[in-house]
Amino acid sequence: MATEILMPALSPTMEEGTLAKWLVKEGDTVSSGDIMAEIETDKATMEFEAVDEGIVGKIVVQEGTEGVKVNDVIAILVEEGEEVPDQVGDGGSTTTPAPAPEPGPQAAPASAAAPAAPAPDATPDWDADVELKSTTVREALRDAMAEEMRRDEDVFLMGEEVAEYQGAYKISQGLLDEFGAKRVIDTPITEHGFAGIGTGAAFGGLKPIVEFMTFNFAMQAIDHIINSAAKTLYMSGGQMGAPMVFRGPNGAAARVGAQHSQDYAAWYMQIPGLKVVMPYSAADAKGLMKTAIRDPNPVIFLENEILYGKSFDVPVMDDFTIPFGKAKIERPGDDVTIVSFGIGMTYALAAAEKLAEDGINAEVINLRTLRPMDTDTILASVRKTNRCVTVEEGWPQGSVGNYISSVIMQQAFDYLDAPVINCTGKDVPMPYAANLEKHALVTTDEVVDACKQVTYR
Amino acid sequence: MPPKKKAAAKPNVSAEELLGHYREMLLIRRFEEKAGQLYGMGLIGGFCHLYIGQEAVVVGLEAAAEEGDKRVTSYRDHGHMLACGMDPKGIMAELTGREGGFSKGKGGSMHMFSKEKHFYGGHGIVAAQVPLGAGLAFADKYKGNGRVTFTYFGDGAANQGQVYETYNMAELWDLPVVFVIENNQYAMGTSVKRSTKSPSLWERGAAYGIPGEEVDGMNVLAVKEAGERAVAHCRAGKGPYILEVKTYRYRGHSMSDPAKYRTREEVQKMRDERDPIEQVREMLLTGKHASEDDLKAIDKEIKGIVNEAAEFSKESPEPALEELWTDIYAEVEA
Repeated sequence: MATEILMPALSPTMEEGTLAKWLVKEGDTVSSGDIMAEIETDKATMEFEAVDEGIVGKIVVQEGTEGVKVNDVIAILVEEGEEVPDQVGDGGSTTTPAPAPEPGPQAAPASAAAPAAPAPDATPDWDADVELKSTTVREALRDAMAEEMRRDEDVFLMGEEVAEYQGAYKISQGLLDEFGAKRVIDTPITEHGFAGIGTGAAFGGLKPIVEFMTFNFAMQAIDHIINSAAKTLYMSGGQMGAPMVFRGPNGAAARVGAQHSQDYAAWYMQIPGLKVVMPYSAADAKGLMKTAIRDPNPVIFLENEILYGKSFDVPVMDDFTIPFGKAKIERPGDDVTIVSFGIGMTYALAAAEKLAEDGINAEVINLRTLRPMDTDTILASVRKTNRCVTVEEGWPQGSVGNYISSVIMQQAFDYLDAPVINCTGKDVPMPYAANLEKHALVTTDEVVDACKQVTYR
Repeated sequence: MPPKKKAAAKPNVSAEELLGHYREMLLIRRFEEKAGQLYGMGLIGGFCHLYIGQEAVVVGLEAAAEEGDKRVTSYRDHGHMLACGMDPKGIMAELTGREGGFSKGKGGSMHMFSKEKHFYGGHGIVAAQVPLGAGLAFADKYKGNGRVTFTYFGDGAANQGQVYETYNMAELWDLPVVFVIENNQYAMGTSVKRSTKSPSLWERGAAYGIPGEEVDGMNVLAVKEAGERAVAHCRAGKGPYILEVKTYRYRGHSMSDPAKYRTREEVQKMRDERDPIEQVREMLLTGKHASEDDLKAIDKEIKGIVNEAAEFSKESPEPALEELWTDIYAEVEA
């Protein structure tokens, strides 16, 4: 049976090309892999190989012809003793043309028409009669990891100085003693490598906790966090993913300069496939860390060095967890909504105190998780207060606050009595000098001023 | 560190084994030729990196693997998937971006996986699979299950820093991983000689205490034998092993590469003198293990499998639009 040789597409974008040169002539015998012709695409001159065996019965398109469309018949192969058929097909007859792409969905669900206001989940994190214990964020993180390691043999901790040194910030204090060197693993200083090994271990069925001494160093590893950990579930059609936690201090500490002070909340929050947590209190840290370790997806857990030593009440319970995607109203109010997360909460709460002295009653929302984000709680609050100020230490362009503003604008525009203001860190690398550093971060006074601005006071 | 062993093909192999290698290598070659053809017809899009010429590497190493061993590789992954037993239909349908593909059409040529066959991708970032492979081996060692991971990467990837970060930790922790450097001599258009002054890539393992050897990657029996040595080393708990397998790709880096960085004669010489499939074919015929007719029958059978895969890949529907929004997050167990 005669075989039609079609003009091949030789690049992802090629639609037509020039048949530069035939390297075979009519009557030649060709077999699979033989070079038949040279074809010029928009990018290069390519050799074109035979796939089937046969005799070149007819050359349909002569060399030097320009603008030959992909899938046009350029030659006919016949078998020994076979006549060349008269009728040259249109090229589409023996093949299925590539299907036309169907129009995509109109828009992502996030930007769909505003739904009826959903009621936010306002259940408390623990029952009123539960005993409370003052705990530092540091201890809460350690307790959460220890509890989960007792619960599940597949959970292990790896990172720089996590074992024998007991943690660069003492977060893993005591874990080596309890769980041994098999499960609490000191790595060399090699973030790219151990983030990849951790991700591979998660593909292999374990539940790694990968500690970065700071998230500033995770920039060396961000390819594995995003390309390997976050995308594999999707790329594998749901077959395998990375159940793991990447954790460590994030954002500014004190006087460590530009390379050790960046807040990555907005960066990671952008990535589908990741969950992103940024706790404020010790209870947040404990309840969210336990949830993070159990989550079957890669979780970015952004801690803060300054908060490590702060104490908060933590419920004394056998198994205290906080679900992702549930914000907490830390202080109810009616006049303005302040939305923050992580260490931003310290400015938000301090500003609310000051505002109260002036008779402005701020409602302060602690987001706790940035992805998924509890926008229901934000929207319900803004529909009540009609004003919103966001607070974070990160940079202004492409900030978490920018995203919150867009959600409010699209879903609660008619409720707003003032533009949303994003209080952020200044648009500069972190300076070293004490006075400059203080000014580079967001300040409580700036939050107070923003709240006064949106309340027209 | 043991001295470099010269891998030599042993002639005393069974007809059955030789026929098996022949069949599997031929399947890869015919599959890739068909993939190239479908690309030419516009049925396969984007990047498509063919494995033609390198067939003996994966077929030889798969012959040294046991059930449950794992493998992970780069974007030039079709051969690895076929060699570990993944269904050609599912691979081809992924290439055409259809529902019947291994990733439901959401991964494409460079991103395919099979939990069932312990194939962990298909990774598009050069050398990212190296620490991932060591991580798989870490999980196996943690579980104490005696499994080994084959981590494939090319001569181009061998210059990435994360390879050496991984070597260091793999040896430090005695991870059961075979690092397979598929040295096909060109990283896209840059020959090995133009990218490094190191005389050999496997010897770089010495800096970390990892033994290894160079292997004739055009000879499936030599590859298998070296693979068995590497696997034995790993299974004995001695840590990683490096195989630098010298091979050659006949086609361009990807479908849109005109391959002007080497001469046509160089490629032709390799095809004429060292072709891995022809070598086995010779052995089968001269050893009277098979007749021309026997081999023709195998060719026909393989062609049938490949044509069936191609048909399936055209008929399988495009994924439903709802698939855009699935598999982003795994469900949290209640």
